Amino acid sequence: VNSYAIPFDAPTALLAIPGVAGTLLCLLPGYRLAARINIVATLATMLAALSLLVARPPPGVFLFVDDLNVVFVLLSAFVALTTSIFSASYIAHELEIGRLTPRYLRFYHAMYQILMFAMNLGLLANNIGLMWVAIELATLTTVLMVGIYRTHEALEAAWKYFILGSVGIALALFGTILVYLAARPVLGETQDAMAWTALIGKASAFAPNLLNVAFVFLMLGYGTKVGLAPLHAWLPDAHAEGPTPISAVLSGLLLNVALYALLRFKMLLTSNAAAYAPGPLMVTMGLVSLIFAGFMLYRRRDIKRMFAYSSIEHMGLITFAFGMGGPLANFAGLMHMTMHSLTKSAIFYTVGHIAQAKGTQKMADIGGLTESHPILGWGLVMGVVAIAGLPPLGIFMSEFLIVTSTFAREPLLALLVVFGLLVAFGALFWRLNEVAFGEVIGKSSPVRASYAPLFAHLGLVLAAGIHMPAALVAWFQNVARMLG
Amino acid sequence: MDATSLDVAHMLAGGMVLVSFMLLYQDRMFALLNMFALHAVILSLSVAWQALIQSAPHLFVPAAIALLLKGMIIPLALRRVVIRLGIHRTIETVGGIGPTMLFGMGISALSMVVMFKAAATADPLAREDLAFALSVLLLGLLMMVTRRNAVSQIVGFMSLENGLILAATGAKGMPLVVEISVAFSVLIAFIVIGVFLFRIRERFDSVDLKALDEFRGERR
Repeated sequence: VNSYAIPFDAPTALLAIPGVAGTLLCLLPGYRLAARINIVATLATMLAALSLLVARPPPGVFLFVDDLNVVFVLLSAFVALTTSIFSASYIAHELEIGRLTPRYLRFYHAMYQILMFAMNLGLLANNIGLMWVAIELATLTTVLMVGIYRTHEALEAAWKYFILGSVGIALALFGTILVYLAARPVLGETQDAMAWTALIGKASAFAPNLLNVAFVFLMLGYGTKVGLAPLHAWLPDAHAEGPTPISAVLSGLLLNVALYALLRFKMLLTSNAAAYAPGPLMVTMGLVSLIFAGFMLYRRRDIKRMFAYSSIEHMGLITFAFGMGGPLANFAGLMHMTMHSLTKSAIFYTVGHIAQAKGTQKMADIGGLTESHPILGWGLVMGVVAIAGLPPLGIFMSEFLIVTSTFAREPLLALLVVFGLLVAFGALFWRLNEVAFGEVIGKSSPVRASYAPLFAHLGLVLAAGIHMPAALVAWFQNVARMLG
Repeated sequence: MDATSLDVAHMLAGGMVLVSFMLLYQDRMFALLNMFALHAVILSLSVAWQALIQSAPHLFVPAAIALLLKGMIIPLALRRVVIRLGIHRTIETVGGIGPTMLFGMGISALSMVVMFKAAATADPLAREDLAFALSVLLLGLLMMVTRRNAVSQIVGFMSLENGLILAATGAKGMPLVVEISVAFSVLIAFIVIGVFLFRIRERFDSVDLKALDEFRGERR
């Protein structure tokens, strides 16, 4: 079969579009045009991602597409598209109040596309080394964007993220080298020894001891990027001090990319009978993150930091679900990841505009939002109702599935999960009550917001909670079986 | 592969572990930077030796990067940072040198035990190289934890990264090893540029990261 029949297949397009757009945005002055190009480029990327549903190219040496990474690529492309629409209205305001200058915006837009390039490369890479390089690139671009406001806090957050992220990345590379060493005796000194498509088939013959040690390093390394406690210290600062569109992309997408890397390596370990089961490690770190973040929610004063801790909580829950494994828990984990990405980015869209309208991120200085800014206020209420896991929204469904599937196997763990969820639930509603209801505190200045991304996300979360299309269920079930 | 080439490879990798220990107790900034330059030069020799004995000429690229970038340019650049920030007197170490060295020895012993056991089936070159590399990596991490000063944390991170390059080049025939080492050099360069760009001294009046912590977004 001639694999060069189509010179320009979808995976190439998924890398070329953001790559070209990033270069173009580097060169173009004028933020209005840049914001539009940003939207058009993410739309084109989205179309390329959608085409993967129809036709998939055969796996290549460096890029490949299978049922698992299509989920992540599509989710990435969709959230990137809506975030670029939100970003256009967000940065217009930042420019008006002088927090950002046109020069920084040029840089910002270019970095946005380069981040998309890096994430797509990380998801599509058929080589564990290439994937590592992509995740490193994604870390670098987000570090630069977190520090873009150049305030004390922003620089400190960027520096902290940089140092902790680099250490995580370094540990992940050591794990990657060990996986290669485990694969080398079986697959030889070839590209195959680092290619997912070759590794997964032969994993049963790898040296189990090396795989075990490798997974510990990978878990610590990529786990730092997922934001699992106790390696989460960079996450709240990076979310709170950067521009809000970046918080949305970080929570909604970048954490998922790191999780994707972990899942791939987990698949290698589960297909090797002699290696330790990777599940217990993931379950432990997931549970610790969930419960720890739940309690930490109570001590937050800054609204963006609060939702950053909520991201730690949910990434913990997702890691827990994948750690439990089995078709049902994997299905629930996959669904929860999708729902969390959609909901959390929607929350950051509202929080971004709220912080702009009120001129502060301190929750004590925000109050009565449903009265002063009804659409934003109720948008936030809906977002928090969704993220806290109330029916009939999608997160309720996925959390219900996680709890019931765990209860059937390990009732004690299920109790711990429910405990963590309830703790977080209390904190979220306590804060929501102060911020959204009661007397109006703070400015009531009108804000030019784009509501379409917000309601698109919340609409999808609601729809998924009421009815998931059979095709989607079948697709997720298939992926869940793959994950083992 | 004859015994002598293995011995030389082990001697160079062991030399890196030794210099990692020496990095741990340097309490003067310039001495620390000189020691790091030595670390990078030994890495470069070690990688070049691997290139020879594995007959893998592409490994000379990481060797050259280690020698030029980490052995010369970065120590010189950091020297300028140190002078500009006026922090060339002493380094604050947490917990004292004695316990740190003991802890370092424990870490090295642990990494030997772990790697010899885990990589028992691998060839002796890779196995012992990995054990040394893991020691260097963990010692770098220990250095980052025990130092509060941003510049010496960077040095700690770079010595950690040297350990990774040692591991990657010791893994015979690993694809993309050159690309990975280039990507890592970009990261390192970014960190060094970051000190310039973020102007930590001017922004925070100190490169002591403990002082940075007080600028947190929310005070408790």
